[in-house]
Amino acid sequence: MKNAIVKLLLILLTLGFIAWANQTLDSYTLSILNNIGIFAILALSYNLINGVTGQFSLEPNGFVAIGAYFTALFLIPSSDKIDMFALVDPAPIVLQMQASFLPAVLIGGIAATIIALLLSFPVFRVRGDYLAIVTLGFGFIIRIFALNSPAYTNGAMGLNDIPEVANFMWIGTIALITLIVMLHIIYSKYGRAMKAVRDDEDAATAMGINTFRIKTVAFMTSAFFEGIGGGLLASFLTTITPDQFSFLLTFQLLIIIVLGGLGSMTGALLATILVMGSMEWLRFLDDDMVIFGMHTGAHPGMRMVVFAILLIVMMLFARKGLFGDREIHEIIRDKFKKKGKA
Amino acid sequence: MSSPLLEIRNVTMKFGGVTAIDNLSFKVPSDAIYGLIGPNGAGKTTIFNIITGNYQPTEGTVVFDGEDITGTKPHKVVAKGIARTFQNIRLFKSMSVLQNILIGFHDQIPYTYLEAVLRLPRYHGYERRIRAEAMGILEEFGIADYAENNATALSYGNQRKVEIARALATKPKLLLLDEPAAGMNPSETEDLSQIIHKIKKDYDLTILLIEHDMKFVNAMCDTVTVLDYGEKIFEGPPAEAIVNEKVVAAYLGDFTHA
Repeated sequence: MKNAIVKLLLILLTLGFIAWANQTLDSYTLSILNNIGIFAILALSYNLINGVTGQFSLEPNGFVAIGAYFTALFLIPSSDKIDMFALVDPAPIVLQMQASFLPAVLIGGIAATIIALLLSFPVFRVRGDYLAIVTLGFGFIIRIFALNSPAYTNGAMGLNDIPEVANFMWIGTIALITLIVMLHIIYSKYGRAMKAVRDDEDAATAMGINTFRIKTVAFMTSAFFEGIGGGLLASFLTTITPDQFSFLLTFQLLIIIVLGGLGSMTGALLATILVMGSMEWLRFLDDDMVIFGMHTGAHPGMRMVVFAILLIVMMLFARKGLFGDREIHEIIRDKFKKKGKA
Repeated sequence: MSSPLLEIRNVTMKFGGVTAIDNLSFKVPSDAIYGLIGPNGAGKTTIFNIITGNYQPTEGTVVFDGEDITGTKPHKVVAKGIARTFQNIRLFKSMSVLQNILIGFHDQIPYTYLEAVLRLPRYHGYERRIRAEAMGILEEFGIADYAENNATALSYGNQRKVEIARALATKPKLLLLDEPAAGMNPSETEDLSQIIHKIKKDYDLTILLIEHDMKFVNAMCDTVTVLDYGEKIFEGPPAEAIVNEKVVAAYLGDFTHA
């Protein structure tokens, strides 16, 4: 009962903060918050398959791309599409795709979920590293498809003038919902089964768990929220091109969930704030720097080197990340218990 | 003699050119504690893996409770009422003792994914119920005090108990124990045999166990089957097994033709 009240208070407080921030903060600060919100959705959902279920998958960039393209195509007015598609005329079905914001985002999520289901059959029937290889390849296929299907995606030119509906109200609220959904999954029989699969798949089977089904459920759930995150990203950026959905996106999310502690949702959230915040702060690394009177020249993407080093250091010295595979409230509760006993 | 709960009929298992099990048949009567013994590599664990559906036998059938379960998927075998423990303890290492037991209830919880995500009443009802039931099992094993401890932080003997308790949570009719007393000291072994007798009575179980500790087998089992190189060389009471020529030869080597 006490827990339920604390939970409700936290939710109301967060919603209050989102509404306040959306009204009062300047557009630069809001854009950072929006970025954090979208990456939080992506990191939380990626954490479910990779951290909680322990299946080393490299899928996010593919599903984010699917969500982003579907949502964008449903949001952009059909009249604009005809002008925008410069290489070839848009396919008739593309012109028919029209929906308001929330349905468009949900369609992106559902499209990713369906593709995740189709991928599950070949991938989860076998064990081992196939998942990593297949999902890595899948990401490339999606990008190549986006580049080479101008009638659907406008090719390398991408889609622009996507209506900018996704404000912090939308993004923050959906990020909060994602966190709640993920925590509810973790503390249910499904979350327990996912962790059992991660710890020891044979023992999980010996407990009557259909491990194929559990892995598929986790994968589909991840895909759904990654698709939704992609849709929000498209509307937030207003422009998408195939190159945005390269493996670098997955790599960035991998760093976040490893930093947060594989399997910890609250850890993933905190790590998103830290990484996305410092991405902003480290922006100077991409610019031209003067070291001992020598110009280094501008190197876009230099910032990522810092995070690559961070990942290596973490793998060597702090493999458990910030919170291990536990949630922040569990850690706090244990601290209090120990104090009570002492 | 009551009707058999488990029947192994002419089972042969070949791995490539190696015959691990050769035309083996035996019956485990319901309500028995049945032993499966034999030297290393005799095929005991292979039989377990065939019963649990991890291996598909090359030939022969496995009949459980009057139903042919040969080739049934492992997780479905559990639902039919067969639970197992592993030779080398395989607990879920990131979880507490209680959570390990809760996993065993997986199949008995009917709430759906959506009900879990939305935390509908059925979620709360069943979570409360299985927690109480899991604590009951832990109390039976005398390890309820460790419920919140990490499972792998327990002593070896207690980890064994957690593994058996976890198997019990799946509500089996037949419990397969793969070397339950391995690595235990005499007092732990004594403790374990008492617990096995107790749960057998309380949960109305039939037990099939693999064991090397002959003292333990003698004290526990009504009947044993002795395997050597995948073949049955003896079936009968354990007291007779240890004086049987073939059994002694299988363990110590055959000196008669030397």
